[in-house]
Amino acid sequence: MKALLALADGMVFMGRSFTGRYETAGEVVFNTSMYGYQEILTDPSYCGQMVTMTYPLIGNYGVNNEDVESDRIHIKALLVKEYQEYPSNWRSQGSLADYLRASNIPGIEGIDTRALTGHIRLKGAMKAALSTEDLEPDSLIEKARQSPDMVGSDLVREVTCKEPMLWQDGRFQNSGMDPDQFQWPERHGSWRVAAMDFGVKFNILRCLEKKGCTILLVPACFDSKDIDRLEPDGLFLSNGPGDPAAVTYAINTIRDQIGKRPIFGICLGHQLVGLALGGKTFKLKFGHRGANQPVKDLATGKVEITSQNHGFCLDMESLKDPAVELSHINLNDMAVEGIIHKKTPLFSVQYHPEASPGPHDATYLFDRFIEMMKGYKKLEIRK
Amino acid sequence: MPKRKDINKILIIGSGPIIIGQACEFDYSGTQACKALMEEGYEVVLVNSNPATIMTDPETAARTYIEPITPEIVAKIIERERPHAILPTLGGQTGLNTAVKIAETELLEKLGVEMIGASIQVIRKAEEREQFRDAMRHIGLRVPKNGIAKDIDQAREVAKRIGYPLIIRASFTLGGAGSGVAYNQVEMEDLVKTGLDASMISEIIMEESLLGWKEYELEVMRDLKDNVVIICSIENFDPMGIHTGDSITVAPAQTLTDREYQAMRDAAVAIIREIGVETGGSNIQFAINPENGEMVVIEMNPRVSRSSALASKATGFPIAKIAAKLAVGYSLDEISNDITRETFASFEPTLDYCVVKIPRWTFEKFPGAEDMLTTSMKSVGETMAIGRTFKEALQKAIRSLEIGKFCLGSDTPRSRESGLKIHEIEKGLINPNSERIFHIYAALEQGMTLERIYKLTRIDPWFLFHIRQIHDMEKQLGHLAQKGLGPDKWDIEFLKKVKEYGFSDMLLANIFDVDELAIRRIRISNGIKPVYKLVDTCAAEFEAYTPYYYSTYEQENEICFSQKRKVVILGGGPNRIGQGIEFDYCCVHASFTLKEMGIESIIINSNPETVSTDYDISDKLYFEPLTREDVLNIVEQEKPEGIITQFGGQTPLNISASLEEAGITILGTSPDSINRAEDRDHFQCLLKKLDIKQPENGIAVDKKEAILIAEKIGYPVLVRPSFVLGGRAMEIVYDKEDLEVYMETAVKVSPGKPILIDRFLEDATEIDVDAISDGEDTIIGGIMEHIEEAGIHSGDSACVLPSISLSRKILEQIKGHTKTIARELNVKGLMNIQYAVKEGIVYVLEVNPRASRTVPFVSKATGVPLVKLATKVIMGKRLKDLGLVQDVTHSYICCKESAFPFARFPNVDTILGPEMRSTGEVMGIDSSFGLAFAKSQLAVGQKLPLSGTVFISVKDKDKKALPDIAAMLHDSGFKIVATGGTSAFLSDHRIPNRQVNKVRQGRPHIVDMIKNREIDLIINTTSNKKTISESCSIRRAAVAFDIPYSTTIAGARAVSMAIKSMIEGEFGVKTIQEYHG
Repeated sequence: MKALLALADGMVFMGRSFTGRYETAGEVVFNTSMYGYQEILTDPSYCGQMVTMTYPLIGNYGVNNEDVESDRIHIKALLVKEYQEYPSNWRSQGSLADYLRASNIPGIEGIDTRALTGHIRLKGAMKAALSTEDLEPDSLIEKARQSPDMVGSDLVREVTCKEPMLWQDGRFQNSGMDPDQFQWPERHGSWRVAAMDFGVKFNILRCLEKKGCTILLVPACFDSKDIDRLEPDGLFLSNGPGDPAAVTYAINTIRDQIGKRPIFGICLGHQLVGLALGGKTFKLKFGHRGANQPVKDLATGKVEITSQNHGFCLDMESLKDPAVELSHINLNDMAVEGIIHKKTPLFSVQYHPEASPGPHDATYLFDRFIEMMKGYKKLEIRK
Repeated sequence: MPKRKDINKILIIGSGPIIIGQACEFDYSGTQACKALMEEGYEVVLVNSNPATIMTDPETAARTYIEPITPEIVAKIIERERPHAILPTLGGQTGLNTAVKIAETELLEKLGVEMIGASIQVIRKAEEREQFRDAMRHIGLRVPKNGIAKDIDQAREVAKRIGYPLIIRASFTLGGAGSGVAYNQVEMEDLVKTGLDASMISEIIMEESLLGWKEYELEVMRDLKDNVVIICSIENFDPMGIHTGDSITVAPAQTLTDREYQAMRDAAVAIIREIGVETGGSNIQFAINPENGEMVVIEMNPRVSRSSALASKATGFPIAKIAAKLAVGYSLDEISNDITRETFASFEPTLDYCVVKIPRWTFEKFPGAEDMLTTSMKSVGETMAIGRTFKEALQKAIRSLEIGKFCLGSDTPRSRESGLKIHEIEKGLINPNSERIFHIYAALEQGMTLERIYKLTRIDPWFLFHIRQIHDMEKQLGHLAQKGLGPDKWDIEFLKKVKEYGFSDMLLANIFDVDELAIRRIRISNGIKPVYKLVDTCAAEFEAYTPYYYSTYEQENEICFSQKRKVVILGGGPNRIGQGIEFDYCCVHASFTLKEMGIESIIINSNPETVSTDYDISDKLYFEPLTREDVLNIVEQEKPEGIITQFGGQTPLNISASLEEAGITILGTSPDSINRAEDRDHFQCLLKKLDIKQPENGIAVDKKEAILIAEKIGYPVLVRPSFVLGGRAMEIVYDKEDLEVYMETAVKVSPGKPILIDRFLEDATEIDVDAISDGEDTIIGGIMEHIEEAGIHSGDSACVLPSISLSRKILEQIKGHTKTIARELNVKGLMNIQYAVKEGIVYVLEVNPRASRTVPFVSKATGVPLVKLATKVIMGKRLKDLGLVQDVTHSYICCKESAFPFARFPNVDTILGPEMRSTGEVMGIDSSFGLAFAKSQLAVGQKLPLSGTVFISVKDKDKKALPDIAAMLHDSGFKIVATGGTSAFLSDHRIPNRQVNKVRQGRPHIVDMIKNREIDLIINTTSNKKTISESCSIRRAAVAFDIPYSTTIAGARAVSMAIKSMIEGEFGVKTIQEYHG
């Protein structure tokens, strides 16, 4: 079935739907990972976005129940060069097309994804409309223009959990609970971490748990007092979609939490930390999305290959507090990839140490968080 | 870390002659390394015995030794040069092994020479299986169950522990020589014996068989700061059990989820750290159980490898160049990415296309060798293709193989596979062989299910499904053809889809029974033209500056057109016997020259192992098949002023007439002149007109005609099919009976095709001349005298430059003929003529108005850059304006010797003949013929003895030359043993010798002596079929036991002279820069 993709700047691409009839709109972004499409589909940070994979063959290994980063697909549409209808992998439990269809998400193939990527590189990530019904370029371009803007939009509300949820043994132990009734489960040597859910990827929770954390995921709208009541050993700020500046309520919460307990932020969580510290964020032209982004740890001089997915970025210049230091930079464009606070236990990174998809080079950051909590606890005891 | 300042002079060891398992990829890597280090201001000293390489060009390194790569000679070079460091990881296994051998002596320590890139400890840890296994266990990775044996008893014990089937490999070998799968004890014991022999350290490893597991490779790089990146993942189409060099491979890996890929990546990172490769590239191979994902580590190469060359071309990331820079202290984040300019080498390339590599085999050259793929590599070359889909890349790769197939489909009127019976197809699926991919296609034609094909081949169904899609599409095309619905009646979208599937115009032309160009016209008139995409390491995330293109059928065309004058150079395609690195050398030089002249050079080639497909060799690189369709597509976009076809060997020549027909300008010698030289009738007229002799000859299409002609000319005759490369199916026939047999097989192979019959000039001296002409003036580049007599393929015989035995008068005559022919053919560029001299008469055997295989050898010997001059001539310059007015002469002696792959093909006779079988060549330079020839022997691994016992058995015709040779050996202190006739003959000439039994005369016989290592040199010449087959076991034993041998009397004389010179004098080592003075 023919499909048309129209970008807000008037560029159009022809393709074919491999999932059925659709019409939708969203921001088009590209991801350069050659593997891990299922993780990408289910990553809440892609909420509101149509994702084009630069690797042309997608669907090769099907889908399974394990490689998920949330409970559902978050992308608006998947745009590929050639869909692979015959998956082959010992873990495969179904085809990608069926998977998308079950969630009513369009999958489009036959797109010159390289041309689309090049266009986004030159013109920036932009709004687009996709349709199998309306193949009139002008009309579809107009629909693209009418769709909501990414800048200023708070997409966190759409993906955050409604009530606190306890993560243990690789899954949520409840479907939501009353925060007032909450008791940390007794477990020896385990770190109690409250994680603010801006659209968290499961693998972050898996990584934290592997390092000895018990995690209570809390809604993004939790305020500082709610968190204090939980008396966690550390606060984790998750990744998530949209413009960080629009998530004002969370920025306030974080500002209040800084100094109270060790804080570790990833991606949107990192941007929110920056905003809470008085800094500014800006939208990158086309963002960093892929699994091959080189990041230099300025403390060690070592380069790690990282998984990234962000369209916004922290402006280091805007951070006036001399105690806040740049800890990691992107070697491709020298963008801010991490900051650390010299006086209070706080650090955050723009990229994804939990990978999934992507290399595991940065998992040491979870150890760093544990060490931070350990150090803080000792300090507390001494006090 | 900035580059090291404490070292300045660095020795790079090359890989020597092209052999199976070590081809031009090491010229590519070595050249990159030399260039990178020279750019950094280091003084690079290079040793490599292979003259046909770009790395041995006098400009590539500061000091270049074209000398044998043996520990002794390299030690001499080290003593003379006193380098600060050795970089051993860029010259393949040869470079690595030689460095290890030298490091084992105290020389490096004594002179304070450091090994950079990989230390001897690291090399051992990676290469010695026991150490490697322990290292893997240490980091929690599993290697296949295995054991090491140093003798047969140990082997039996290990086998009992592992069980059958099991895999046997020799430690420290080239490309898995001495490896195989044993299904039972008998096979095991056989393989153990060959393995122990093949191993440099007499050690074999026995492993649990992982037949049917999936095979993967990762290319890993590490720097001194311990940064590690993965450059490329490769998934083998063929499962475990087939050497990766013989596997079809695909990049990136296709059937792994991120979770599985990352587990492999983590393992690779852990391995490179544990083994301790400090800087540079490594190749790590993994196997994965398709049932449950269990992963085992197969092996690691702590050096740049064939796969790294492939990975470099597949990703655009120049592994060898970066490896060289890392070795001198840079870290990955300090080296910029040439392609994007703004980013650094510390990243992992991401692909937005699919790459398929297919090996090129030449089993047809080795009658007696079974077309079966095992863990011992057999292919002589490879081709790579890039497409936006696997189907497109696969179809392009098949086209690029140049095996007469233009697609996977039955593009020839009805391909051979179609006639196969189901049990033959199944056999072809079960037993891996060079045609297996076509067997899969044939199986689909017969309706076999994917499940069944998977069961028989263990090739992942993901790949098989794509082949089925191609098959289904072809079937659909067939239906359309039956209905008379040609492409002109199709929906444009469907035509586009057919092209997206990689189908060639040729295939469509065959299916619809029209001319290829007619399909092209329909296509173009419908606007279905390929677009060209960039290989940019980053999937378009950053702007790319290197013009490295591939074609596809899609929306956006990325070609950046310039307004400069431009010229296209057609490359040589995949290496094969008869067409290899020599032609790549020529193309590279042509490209350099065009650039120098300010003309944009555009290279089209499909061989990932080459220097020519490096993106900084030309102004533009198109990685594409070399068929008319693919070339026309590019030319129509680029609109160059012309195409140069004379440097890429037979490949471009084969299509040059059809390109000219399509309106393309062929620069240099015209296709018409080429035709005059290649067409028998025209050629005969030409020689008659010029009053130049050629052996009497005739053409026959059937047996009767052939016999008539042969009787007129007189036996022996040389027979061959017309228009062949490398003497394919060429034979010397001594009598009517043999001629009948030959004609029967030849007619069967290509019915209706003419067979050429020439008088065979027995005992004639063969001469090769390379010359350059501008149409008026012709300058002789070199006159090479073959060591072996005429009748041995010129690519297989050794030769010496300058000639050592021809009289001045003969030489003048040869020069005269050459110039006359060049003028008559209006040659513009290079030309090669083969002559035979018999009893003072000069005959012309063959004229090739194009670059020949010997051009790089002549250029290296004389210091005259023939290709560079030829390119200028092609572009309109006159020789006298270029300052080339005199024929080239020099005072030292250069010998060329050929390297043969016989060790890879058990049961194949090693006797030389008119069919070319060598894969590569070396050059020996010294002050005398004896020493130069001795060096050439040493360089191809013939370890000539200085004392011991020589076995001699020669045919009657050779006996008159024997006394001199035998006396020389006797005087040099050799004991002589000989079979009956030869022994009696020697005794008659008072040369002391001992008689030994022929094999059929009872034991102990000569083969027993060889096996007992009582023989140090073998001279064995034979004439007719019976004696040839009778003595074959002697020659095979010589190969198996690595005993130097000669199968011609002329070769034997040269060997004796070499031994005498080695006893009397010593090798000197000298750079070619010094020789050229």
